[in-house]
Amino acid sequence: MFIKIVEAISRYAIPFIFVGIVGYALTKKVKVYEVFTEGAKEGFHTAVRIIPFLVAMLVAIGVFRASGAMDLLIKAISPVTNLLRIPAETLPMAFMRPLSGGGAQGVKTDIINTHGPDSLIGRTVAVMMGSTETTFYVLAVYFGSVAIRKTRHSLPVGLLADLAGLLTAIYISKIFF
Amino acid sequence: MINIIWAVLILSGFIVGAINGNIQEVTDAAIANAETAVNIALGLIGIMTLWLGIMKVAEEAGIVKGLARLISPVTKKLFSDVPADHPARGAIVMNLAANILGLGNAATPLGLKAMQELQKLNNKKDTATDAMVMFLAINTSSVTLIPATTIGILSSAGGTNPTNIIGPTIIATTVSTAVAIIACKLLGKLPKYQLKHDEYSAK
Repeated sequence: MFIKIVEAISRYAIPFIFVGIVGYALTKKVKVYEVFTEGAKEGFHTAVRIIPFLVAMLVAIGVFRASGAMDLLIKAISPVTNLLRIPAETLPMAFMRPLSGGGAQGVKTDIINTHGPDSLIGRTVAVMMGSTETTFYVLAVYFGSVAIRKTRHSLPVGLLADLAGLLTAIYISKIFF
Repeated sequence: MINIIWAVLILSGFIVGAINGNIQEVTDAAIANAETAVNIALGLIGIMTLWLGIMKVAEEAGIVKGLARLISPVTKKLFSDVPADHPARGAIVMNLAANILGLGNAATPLGLKAMQELQKLNNKKDTATDAMVMFLAINTSSVTLIPATTIGILSSAGGTNPTNIIGPTIIATTVSTAVAIIACKLLGKLPKYQLKHDEYSAK
């Protein structure tokens, strides 16, 4: 029931926004077509401005992933995670989630298919996926679009939130499933 | 921090790749991902143009300001350096709403619009403001009601009740957002991350 409602809202949100904005603007005597094109002309530059930031970030992440360095990292950290009773099978997901959305999607699908969709591990990685966002990608795109290079505490904040979300996902799954 | 992490990713990647004997794959990944990055950025042009156009119409009609004023009781504490009826607040709310509903296509352009508006308040154009850090803290910790893709994967793998991940997911993402907001406020107080006053002042 809850899902059906949210799905319906999702499906009608964008049509509603478009009709609402254009309709209301007409009553305010806004020259809708002219104003639209005026705002829209920034779209190209915004997208292009992101390129250097996104290339820098995705190349670094791609190199790291392809090298197998992540397996070393997981091995190095496993004594600590074992102590925290974090299932070793979920570690690739934990490290991939902030780095790469597509990569995390792949890891998740792989783990679900290996361990089964109804297993604790399978469900845990599913919850981990939704617990947080791809921090590195979001920071590169959002700051890149306005050419900000000094990001201050953004990255540590994002990674702390990832850590909190992922740990909660792991422990809450143990309780729920 | 971002400089160090970037260097570590690059250096450890190439060094471990050389040791593991898959240096060719590492090099290929670098080139392939550079291309992917450009494709992602170029792929944004259409949707970006569309949303910036519609947002401009909303702005002219006074909708963005109205929205900003409407939710200012909630955003006042979080974005204290942004004036109450500034369009940035309207764009931030629309971005967060799109994220919550899982409208990925709309969320990014609205978020970038919010960044542009926040940048207008920024006196030091290459440095993030407090409001930007807070906005991205909330944004990267993601609040999604229905993880639709994941439910789809569980269900196609033969899961018996894939929607029961929704409850735990909402709890986990709420915790990550709460931690993001608290960490943002606390870390922002560290001398290392503070803005000097001559560098930046809220208008």
